[in-house]
Amino acid sequence: MSANQDDANLLEVRGLTKTFGTLTACDHVDLSVANGEIHALLGENGAGKSTLVKMLFGTLEPNSGEIFWNGRAVTITNPGFAKKLGIGMVFQHFSLFEALTAAENIALSLDDGSPISTIAAKARALSYSYGLPLDPQSLVGDLSVGERQRIEIIRCLLQTPQLIILDEPTSVLTPQEADKLFETLERLRSEGKSILYISHRLEEVKRICDRATVLRHGKVVGHCNPRKETAASLARMMVGNDVEAVVRAPAQGIETAQPLLEIRALSRKPATPFSIPLRNINLTVRAGEVIGIAGVAGNGQGEFFESVSGEVPQQDAASVRIRGKDAGGLSITGRRLMGAAFVPEERLGHGAAPRMKLSENLLLSRHATDGKVFVGAGGMVKSDAIYAAAQRIIKAMDVRKSAPDPEAAALSGGNLQKFIVGRELDRRPSVMVVNQPTWGVDAGAAAHIRQTLIELARSGSAVLVISQDLDELFEISDAIAVMHNGELSKPLPIVEATFEKIGLLMGGAEPGHAEHALETS
Amino acid sequence: MDITVNILLTIATAATPLLIAAIGELVVERSGVLNLGVEGMMIMGAVGGFGAGYLTGSPWIGLLAAIALGAVFSLLFAVMTLSLATNQVATGLSLTLLGLGLSGMMGTSFVGQPGARLPNLDIPGLTAIPVIGRLLFGQDPIFYISIALTVAVMWFLFKTRTGLTLRSIGDSHTSAHALGIKVIRYRYLAVIFGGACAGLAGGHLSLVYTPQWVENMTAGRGWIALALVVFASWRPWRVLAGAYIFGAVWIGQLHAQAFGIPVPSQLLSSLPYLATIVVLVLISRNKRLTMMNTPASLGQPFVPDR
Repeated sequence: MSANQDDANLLEVRGLTKTFGTLTACDHVDLSVANGEIHALLGENGAGKSTLVKMLFGTLEPNSGEIFWNGRAVTITNPGFAKKLGIGMVFQHFSLFEALTAAENIALSLDDGSPISTIAAKARALSYSYGLPLDPQSLVGDLSVGERQRIEIIRCLLQTPQLIILDEPTSVLTPQEADKLFETLERLRSEGKSILYISHRLEEVKRICDRATVLRHGKVVGHCNPRKETAASLARMMVGNDVEAVVRAPAQGIETAQPLLEIRALSRKPATPFSIPLRNINLTVRAGEVIGIAGVAGNGQGEFFESVSGEVPQQDAASVRIRGKDAGGLSITGRRLMGAAFVPEERLGHGAAPRMKLSENLLLSRHATDGKVFVGAGGMVKSDAIYAAAQRIIKAMDVRKSAPDPEAAALSGGNLQKFIVGRELDRRPSVMVVNQPTWGVDAGAAAHIRQTLIELARSGSAVLVISQDLDELFEISDAIAVMHNGELSKPLPIVEATFEKIGLLMGGAEPGHAEHALETS
Repeated sequence: MDITVNILLTIATAATPLLIAAIGELVVERSGVLNLGVEGMMIMGAVGGFGAGYLTGSPWIGLLAAIALGAVFSLLFAVMTLSLATNQVATGLSLTLLGLGLSGMMGTSFVGQPGARLPNLDIPGLTAIPVIGRLLFGQDPIFYISIALTVAVMWFLFKTRTGLTLRSIGDSHTSAHALGIKVIRYRYLAVIFGGACAGLAGGHLSLVYTPQWVENMTAGRGWIALALVVFASWRPWRVLAGAYIFGAVWIGQLHAQAFGIPVPSQLLSSLPYLATIVVLVLISRNKRLTMMNTPASLGQPFVPDR
């Protein structure tokens, strides 16, 4: 039993530890959440935030440590018990079932056994009262990511929890949707509920959170009041040292530069019933510039990348042109031979083969473009040359690793991403297309990758970056286009772009309408 | 008229084991588990059913033994794939091979022996009604079980909360686990249900269809049942339709062969497979509906991290 019974803390965690093999994901973590507060859990990717909340929700079992709920020691063995205590959770990677309706999804997490129609009516009423309108009969597979999150939130609220855990809730929302979410959270706080808010976005933590606990490498490195901190001081706590700011010199004479990547009236039918078609996309990326493509996840960015990279070739050869020549009908290797390079979103299993060495992964993507260097007479692989090239990339990108030539899966996400980006940069490609360059990458590595992309462009290449991270796009892009429902807006020069404008386009507003909405507001 | 009734009755007899085995496998696959051992569980049911019926003289005990043996045999699969997380395809295939071999060994002394046959239903007054009497009230008991089972499974999957939970596990076991649903427990029960159904289907072969024991007597029916589930896009009434189309064309081509139609018999024998696939592919043209009904986590081993 807790010694301080009269403590107002709803949840108190002491010395919680979780190890996976040799990795200590959470190392003696202390945390307390008071009644009626929004408490931030800050940390970089891999700092142990998700592991900690999974232990609080009963999906992971701690190795040691204690959890107190309303001053009483509890052992949370499964999510059912957590729900009974009054803990609700909104997951980062949604725990929804695509083939079921919203109402069925909600019913699955409630144990009261009432009929689906009753639950649907309750969910609809609750969703409207919180201003998060929801059609309970819609199929989850058809919904946008923002709408899916609404289901998660409504499902959580229907269980009338005392503590709501939100894991990186804004990473999939437009700025406007995020504002709406903050209003909801503030309303919940005014109703006396507590919220544990997990994020690595400093501005929003400063905006809505009352207290913050900062994690780094599984350890608590500090508790603070985020309103009294600056974004820079929070970042320093989170990362451990200062992150170098990305420098972007203004691009010179872009208007007259040669177009290196041209996309002309690119359309594509949906590959599966739940995927997005591409609708008449036009875009030109010129030598020397970085074009960013923003958009909420699942609006066709993945389909667009596949079409540009040649993973899915097009019928119309002129729909993708590289360095002035038609490339639409070519495979990914054919497009690489024309001087283009591609970095897909998924690192393991797409960008790299997990169980192969870095040098082998290098050969996999460059056997055609660097055939003379890497492959000798009779198709024999020149291991020494490949090994030397891999070491060159590792050095240039500052890839931290445990062995000279480890398997790709043995590297941390950030280091592997540095290697994969470096592998393509090493060729000095004249066209570089990157999907989510720094997803799940720590701040230091992310800054490094962004800087190298800018430098590549300034040295005369065309760089196209698809990202969900608006901060990143504003840091590196010369112009930003927005993808929504398979359509691409005209690129907005960075001097004209604002979070509001881009956010409205991400939400599906017509380009002209977005301007208008801002002028009148 | 009598010939038509007889043909309809033989069609039902041919379709019943396929329907039962396929409905059982449908429940298994809806939970996200792919059990390719249907043929093996079926043949175990056939040998167990025949053996128990022959030794006790009661076909009803034989029926229970068939169900029990199918269920026990599927438990082996469940322990391997669910508790030990082995590859479901490989484990299912070896279950079939094991079943075929084991049943042959168990059945050596049964070969050539006369078996017990489950009696057809006979309700005084009703069964004697011309034409419909024998169709509705004069068939073997397993026929009625197969129809009841199909309706029950349809109701269970789409009208009950437990059925919804089962389908959700098949859609995404990680999401289900995150919600606190006991994924492994549900899957165990589903696999055992599928095994019991396959055993019952096997029992139908050796207690009704041909009341004797012949090695390998399932003759690929387990595989047809598996194919039916997929081509029926995991929907019970389509499985029913598929099983009866198969049965009808099967009986039809047998009669055609008997009449001596000048078409190679191999071609005729392949007709049931072709016809069933063509019809089921035609009715599942709606890609969206098919996607909705396909268990997305089918065949993936699930190991919860704790």
